[in-house]
Amino acid sequence: MQNILEVKDLKVSFHTYAGEVQAVRGVSFDLKEGEVLAIVGESGCGKSVTSQTIMRLIPSPPSVIKGGSILFGENKVDLLKLSSKEMESIRGSEIGMVFQDPMTSLNPTMTIGKQITEGLVKHQGLSKEKAQKQALELLTMVGIPRPQTRIKQYPHEFSGGMRQRVMIAIALACRPKLLIADEPTTALDVTIQAQILDLLKDLQEQTGSSIIMITHNLGVVAEIAQRVAVMYAGKIVEQGTVDDIFYRSQHPYTKGLLHSVLRLDDEEKGELVPIEGMPPDLLAPPEGCAFAARCPHALNICLKEDPQPQIVQGEHQAACWLLDERAQKTAVR
Amino acid sequence: MTGTMGVSDSMAASDPILEVRNLQKYFQVTNGVLKAVDDVSLSIRRGETFGLVGESGCGKSTLGRTILRLYGATKGQVLFKGENVHQLKGDKLKKFNRAMQMVFQDPYASLNPRMTVGDIIAEGIDIHGLYSGAERRERVSELLHTVGLLEEHASRFPHEFSGGQRQRIGIARALAIEPEFIIADEPVSALDVSVQAQVINLFKRLQQEKWLTYLFIAHDLAMVKYISDRIGVMYLGALVEVARSNELYRQPLHPYTEALLSAIPIPDPEVERQRERIILEGDVPSPINPPSGCRFYARCPKAMPECQTETPALIQVEEEHEVACHLYKY
Repeated sequence: MQNILEVKDLKVSFHTYAGEVQAVRGVSFDLKEGEVLAIVGESGCGKSVTSQTIMRLIPSPPSVIKGGSILFGENKVDLLKLSSKEMESIRGSEIGMVFQDPMTSLNPTMTIGKQITEGLVKHQGLSKEKAQKQALELLTMVGIPRPQTRIKQYPHEFSGGMRQRVMIAIALACRPKLLIADEPTTALDVTIQAQILDLLKDLQEQTGSSIIMITHNLGVVAEIAQRVAVMYAGKIVEQGTVDDIFYRSQHPYTKGLLHSVLRLDDEEKGELVPIEGMPPDLLAPPEGCAFAARCPHALNICLKEDPQPQIVQGEHQAACWLLDERAQKTAVR
Repeated sequence: MTGTMGVSDSMAASDPILEVRNLQKYFQVTNGVLKAVDDVSLSIRRGETFGLVGESGCGKSTLGRTILRLYGATKGQVLFKGENVHQLKGDKLKKFNRAMQMVFQDPYASLNPRMTVGDIIAEGIDIHGLYSGAERRERVSELLHTVGLLEEHASRFPHEFSGGQRQRIGIARALAIEPEFIIADEPVSALDVSVQAQVINLFKRLQQEKWLTYLFIAHDLAMVKYISDRIGVMYLGALVEVARSNELYRQPLHPYTEALLSAIPIPDPEVERQRERIILEGDVPSPINPPSGCRFYARCPKAMPECQTETPALIQVEEEHEVACHLYKY
């Protein structure tokens, strides 16, 4: 399988009154054709900034892309080098995006039909009638009943789940090769979340597009992802297949995250194991490993030098000094 | 079930600290009557944690707020230690306000940004005239310590704290006047998972130390199941099932509970690959002029003709397991 996206050493900062916040500090990952990659992490870890940078949607200023490249498609075009006009022809046509909040990400003054056909007319040069016809098909595909009536309605006439379906229809209208979904079910109730995840899985199988799913919910990851990247303080600390991450995790942060999450099928009621402390302030990120201050296994080296990603096996990588062979000799694990 | 019978018998023997009887809370809105809570009855025993779950708009928060008297009741009663909360006056009302406290969802909006943390925590102490001067200071630092914060935090302002720390401040404020009963409305849903675990552990520890009774309102069933002894499931203003928490998971009776449990993804890829999910059709209907009969009728995969016309009552079908569904009428 070919890579559809290669993100290399991406660095993004924000200029604030207090100084430079290093939101993304060297993120690298690949995405294969037809693959679902989940990027997980807690608030402020840089997962949304990463996805918005791929779409070139973060406003500049205050943001500055400090370095790296984002190679997209067969020709490996660097998205960071495109003019905003060139980017416009990719955004919405080759890369679609679904946002977290279905209440604010649709235009309240336009009918949803208009919002779906907008991209079709602009990117694919369809006539109004053809675009309209395709919009009806899209609405049917995402499971909106009575599309003939619904297409003439405004966003406020839809429920949250239905709006998210409309968002997905818009994102998929031009059959993008890549769909970025940033917390697409976080604002929804669980029974509606189940509907939307089901829909995304079905559509992914039908269209074969690749998906990047940004989420903080490990249950959603387990349900939908093939590969997972775990972010902490602006870096990917571990990545691998979904089984690598859930069953063979190496990084203490990944392990801590998996321990602290509650499982519905767990009957034990023992004390929960939280990760003590808080993530570091990215105004002044620590010199060494960003997790060292909260890490139960921290070594001296962790406070001084940032660990580089090490290959665990195959595609499974983790950035942790414990994986260094010198540490493996001495550490009691 | 026989193994737990002894426990439930002795539990049943202790009097309920809170009893809700046929409680209704309606709101008059422009296009009709919004029936947020419609004929809910439940009882909570001293020292237990009762979890209330349901999706947005099901009335769980309104129920919590009506119990606390933040809203007046449209009909029905809330009995706290045998007295109707909504008819209390004077000293008795003041006593009730001390006995029952609330922890809110949003740690950002529920703390006054212009007050120091010390004054926020001590507000209840001042209102009830419990301590002053050095004693008040001592009590505040003791409370800060109890929730895992430091004495010097008393002179700081809310914006200087993270979400998890703010929620601890909210808990310290609730504890300040030594309540017996705490209503926690989505107390951890605004927090990251690793921090959620810290706050949940705090709730559990405080309950053991102070023999508190909790009404724990949340939409996250895994969380509610972990912290609660018993769980009530709400749908569109009505309580559809009540059971002990493990029992509810093992043997859900109401088709809505079944679907709700099945919709929650489990953070385990192997389990997820093998799971068959019940996907509910459609959305929750509007609580404004809700449908007659069973409110779940339109989405229910097991609906029968009578469900459309007759509203099922909450009936006990097993020891400590109640359900409102026509499937279990006989």
